[in-house]
Amino acid sequence: MIMIEDAVILTNVRIAPDIYRMELKCTMKAEPGQFVQVQVPGTYLRRPISICEVTGSSLVLIYKVVGKGTAIMAELGPGRSLNIFGPLGTGFPIEAVDAVVLGGGGVGIPPLYETAKRYRTKQTNVTVVLGFNQADQIFYADAFEKLGCTVKIATMDGSVGTKGTVMEVLKTMSVPMIEACGPLPMLKAIQEAYPAGYISLEARMACGMGACMGCVVKDQNGQALRVCKDGPVFPIGKVVLE
Amino acid sequence: MKLNVELPGLHLKNPIIPASGCFGYGREFAELYDLSCLGGIAIKSATPEERFGNPTPRIAETPSGMLNAIGLQNHGVTYIKEHELPWLAQFDTEIIANVAGAAEEDYVKVIETLNDSEIVKAYELNISCPNVKHGGIGLGVDPKLAAHVTKLAKDAAKKPVYVKLSPNVTDITEIAKAVADAGADGLVLINTLMGMRIDLRTGKPLLANKTGGLSGPAIKPVAIRMVWQVAQAVDLPIIGVGGITDAEDVLEFLNAGASAVEVGAQNFIDPYVCPKIIEQLPGVLEKYGYASIDEAVGRSFRDE
Repeated sequence: MIMIEDAVILTNVRIAPDIYRMELKCTMKAEPGQFVQVQVPGTYLRRPISICEVTGSSLVLIYKVVGKGTAIMAELGPGRSLNIFGPLGTGFPIEAVDAVVLGGGGVGIPPLYETAKRYRTKQTNVTVVLGFNQADQIFYADAFEKLGCTVKIATMDGSVGTKGTVMEVLKTMSVPMIEACGPLPMLKAIQEAYPAGYISLEARMACGMGACMGCVVKDQNGQALRVCKDGPVFPIGKVVLE
Repeated sequence: MKLNVELPGLHLKNPIIPASGCFGYGREFAELYDLSCLGGIAIKSATPEERFGNPTPRIAETPSGMLNAIGLQNHGVTYIKEHELPWLAQFDTEIIANVAGAAEEDYVKVIETLNDSEIVKAYELNISCPNVKHGGIGLGVDPKLAAHVTKLAKDAAKKPVYVKLSPNVTDITEIAKAVADAGADGLVLINTLMGMRIDLRTGKPLLANKTGGLSGPAIKPVAIRMVWQVAQAVDLPIIGVGGITDAEDVLEFLNAGASAVEVGAQNFIDPYVCPKIIEQLPGVLEKYGYASIDEAVGRSFRDE
């Protein structure tokens, strides 16, 4: 159920350069790949932030400091309340498959965590391919391992794992079904290379609930789709990536 | 306290109307609350044909507000009439159809299509959307053009016509008088103020359309001033709009001379803002000593 809630910050810690993990005590529940609209004090529009984990009594958000709003967010300490609206959007489906590959690049990784958790609950074999620029930016690799996922890492500078992008790792594997989130070039490459799976898009949003038409993309027939409502997760091949 | 407001064609149970473009056709908000609590709904602009609108990014944040350049994205008036209006009929609220176009004849086409729809109670002419390159801006900023499209719309319309004015003019009373003389039944003001933001990383405009319409609390003082000016210049009912976030803002618009209000961007910040304002309004009117909406309207320029 979509709701507005004053959530209480339990923790808000830096886990990599510019990357923060915030746990919010709240009653809100969510499906993997959904997001919340966060009302950051001192700003006007809400910030769409993907949900990393749903614990039952809290939501975990992992976000990157990219502008004024997220910079303010990073300064908020435990005990403060933060108004959130959600859960919003269409997330990653948990399909009846034997094995799934989850591909994440940088700050696109967080929504894959809850996705992996749900697949592991169903005993699905999960291989997670995570891409980062360099070694010090790696986060959550151990968390995925604890879920029982096979974790493979790519770094642009080759300091850890395969040198290059997530695609360099994927090329070496069998990928029957992939669910991915990350930078646009990565999603484009995945959409071109694999017929079966889902990708999650990022967009500037206003309402976050499908009313304002601020975040539209085009499908293959030129029809408008709302990233916030019809997505952010779309089946591979559905959206024209520009 | 009774909150109802009687305007040409509109029997509003309260003066709160979500603004066009900020509420779609109500479907998303109906998941959150019963739309029958609303005085009315100004539905998203209809054009004769389907429009995809502008490229993205279409949204940028500003201090106390936002810029948008959606570009009148809609499925076209026939689709709206066949798919959105019948769905809206389930709610006990007054539907105002926002009419837009790239040329004068577009307004007539949309109106002629909607004339036989029982659910539409009034038209709101969008002559001020600043984002459409060929048309919109031209009509709304020139008194002669504004009057001409108003007259064409009035000749075609079988329902009252409200004209939504652009604030991007030197003297808004001049435009207001011109559309009043052309037969408008009411005025809605203000539409968004044209603005721009530049992305410091690229040095280029942040919006793909380059310019966008500024809305949100940032524009409220401009809207209040313009409602105040127009209310004294023309004898037409005014629906005030611009930066409303709570019931006290509504009272400010009533005092400025508006008879009802539209709530726009705040629906994005707090999707429950309209029912909240409706709930708060009687208390706020009482707090400032009003026994009715009427008593508050235009108080700012009335002799007391």
